[in-house]
Amino acid sequence: MIQSFTISIFSENSIGLLHRITSIFTKRHLSIESLNTSESEQESVFRFTVVVKAEEELVQKIVKQIEKQVEVIQAVYHLDEETVFQEIALYKLSTEKASENNLVERLIRDSHARILSMEPEYMIIEKTGHKEETQELLEFLRPLGLKEFVRSGRVSVIRPKIELQKER
Amino acid sequence: MESVLTPLVSTKEKTSGAKALIKSLIAEKVNIVFGYPGGAIMPVYDALFDFQTEVHHVLTRHEQGAVHAAQGFARATGEVGVVLATSGPGATNLITGIADAMVDSTPLVCITGQVGSQLLGSDAFQETDIISISMPVTKWNFQVTKAEELPEAIAKAFYIAKSGRPGPVLIDITKDAQFQDFEFSYSPCRTIRSYQPIPSLNLNQVKAAADLINLAQKPFVLFGQGVILGNAEQEFKSFIEKTGIPAAWTILGLSALPTEHPLNVGMLGMHGNYGPNKLTNECDVLIAIGMRFDDRVTGNLEKYAKQARIIHLDIDPAEINKNVKVEIPVLGDCKETLSELTKHVLLKSHREWLEKFRVLNAIEAEQVVKDELSPVEGPLKMGEVVDQINQITDGDAVLVTDVGQHQMMACRYTRFNQSKSNITSGGLGTMGFCLPAAIGAKLGAPSREVIAVIGDGGFQMTIQELGTVFQTQAAIKIVILNNNFLGMVRQWQQLFFDKRYSSTELMNPDFIKIGEGYGIKGATVEKREDLSNALKAMFAHEGSYLLEVKVGKEDNVFPMVPSGASVSDIRLA
Ligand SMILES: Cc1ncc(C[n+]2csc(CCOP(=O)(O)OP(=O)(O)O)c2C)c(N)n1
Repeated sequence: MIQSFTISIFSENSIGLLHRITSIFTKRHLSIESLNTSESEQESVFRFTVVVKAEEELVQKIVKQIEKQVEVIQAVYHLDEETVFQEIALYKLSTEKASENNLVERLIRDSHARILSMEPEYMIIEKTGHKEETQELLEFLRPLGLKEFVRSGRVSVIRPKIELQKER
Repeated sequence: MESVLTPLVSTKEKTSGAKALIKSLIAEKVNIVFGYPGGAIMPVYDALFDFQTEVHHVLTRHEQGAVHAAQGFARATGEVGVVLATSGPGATNLITGIADAMVDSTPLVCITGQVGSQLLGSDAFQETDIISISMPVTKWNFQVTKAEELPEAIAKAFYIAKSGRPGPVLIDITKDAQFQDFEFSYSPCRTIRSYQPIPSLNLNQVKAAADLINLAQKPFVLFGQGVILGNAEQEFKSFIEKTGIPAAWTILGLSALPTEHPLNVGMLGMHGNYGPNKLTNECDVLIAIGMRFDDRVTGNLEKYAKQARIIHLDIDPAEINKNVKVEIPVLGDCKETLSELTKHVLLKSHREWLEKFRVLNAIEAEQVVKDELSPVEGPLKMGEVVDQINQITDGDAVLVTDVGQHQMMACRYTRFNQSKSNITSGGLGTMGFCLPAAIGAKLGAPSREVIAVIGDGGFQMTIQELGTVFQTQAAIKIVILNNNFLGMVRQWQQLFFDKRYSSTELMNPDFIKIGEGYGIKGATVEKREDLSNALKAMFAHEGSYLLEVKVGKEDNVFPMVPSGASVSDIRLA
């Protein structure tokens, strides 16, 4: 059964590790839905969050291959239910077009988005949420003079407290 | 044990990066390196000039030859093979050998020169991004851009290459870092925070495995190179002797157990023996030790050992459940896991079960082996050549093979008394491997007889390394089994492509004359009655020797598990 999985990888900060990790997905012909990396709560330990849609067995094998990399401290995978996750999306609209349409303001309010910046020519809206939610707002805004759209990779924390086997 | 903090080598004098590299190699007890110079590694070669008594450099004729030679050295000695190459084309020429070492878990430290750090990313002359190129085929790699990073990088490289599941490592050093002076000190690496080379022993796994083994009626052991890499030959032998379990080898496990051992039941896989392949689908408990269920071993996975409960001993957790579903994994260094396991298993013998292997092997002997080893007419056969070599060397030689029919024949019919005696390219199947690997093996184990058995095709892939034989005076015995074909491909064309021999027939040169050009004595043999004397003459000769044996042009290797078929559908003809 194909499901969505979040893979969390804790690693040293090392040049090229991203390449090593992505080539493991390439080898197995699996496309990455989203990817994010930043420093974790521990100084010098980096955290990658990779989202894939695949059979669990394949994800298991990939995680083992990732864990095998010298600079990887630990890699784990979780189903969406087992994590709390968010993405951030930015929408750039023509101010003129948006103000022609008083729908926009209500839309923003109703969807818990917020206006980041308002300029004479354009305005920028920010929304965080699951992909479906940011996608929904995108569909609404598209006909209303949407000029640019961008969505971040998923950031995710694991619901049950996971004990890292190795000290990190 | 010396403290991790006390440097093993320390000097207040300023040392260049290049000199520091050589001193680091010496600290790692390296006394031989294989390589090829060029602009971006010149400071290192210049430094080598001052250390000729400590570090012997072997100049191969191609960088691919240098890696294969280092592989041969590593496989014959169990030590790390070291390779030097320049940037750009020098570095990319290493890739085939590095990929080969990666699949076959061979410990290598490859050092490449790189353009100056100010030129990185500018498409400078002879710049290639070797770090990115080599990433999928190295266990680890690292680019040094400042001399002071070098000692730690080299120390980590050696530690990573040889610990856990061994593998190739590449260190790329920019030219400016080779020139830079710094205060050199060196301490070997013993631990890396993010790296656990050996999973810790789990007694529950060992006991569960022992329970299953103790209950088994028809247990069967498959052993691979893990036994050799773990120096666990003795522990392995004790384990099978106590449990009385028949054991079959993968091509890389060959020589881990003496061929004549009563529990050794032969070779697994596509051109393996009849008994072990057939009975894989009859055993009740399958115990895989340091092997990775390669598709050449398993055939069709859907039909592989479905009736068996599987125990897998391996040092690499990623191997568990990779290809077959395992019931009990036993993670760890098999030297440790096997000796622990042996404590918990019962003393048994499985005479009737063992007898089943003997019966099937007798069928194979009658239908395949007899005609291969003692034919009475027709052209010479590869099998009889290997068999006669056996009779002369008595199982004590190191056998190095290339890839193709001769490789399967040599691995099927050579007898071995001691470990680390079979050196071949298993996982990648790299033609051109044999000649340079044999040189490396001979330089690593000079007191042993090293025999290179090569096809006429593969020989020509790295034939230039005859120059290295010439220059190093490595006394290897080269046996070309010449069938005037890319034999293994021709066999497949015959069996599966209606005998359409597309581009597999070779027009070969006079190999003996080429050998002579390099000062290597040689002879050609074509008649059965001359074979024995020709081989004796070769072994009687002190230096290197090239014997060309003209064998049947269209002979095939059998048994064979056709690709995609089940191992129990193995064909005898
Ligand atoms: C570098 C490389 N290229 C191609 C192959 C495919 N291949 C496998 S066996 C073989 C034929 C080998 O012929 P030869 O060296 O004459 O040995 P023989 O099979 O006749 O013993 C070929 C072309 C390979 N294994 N390696």
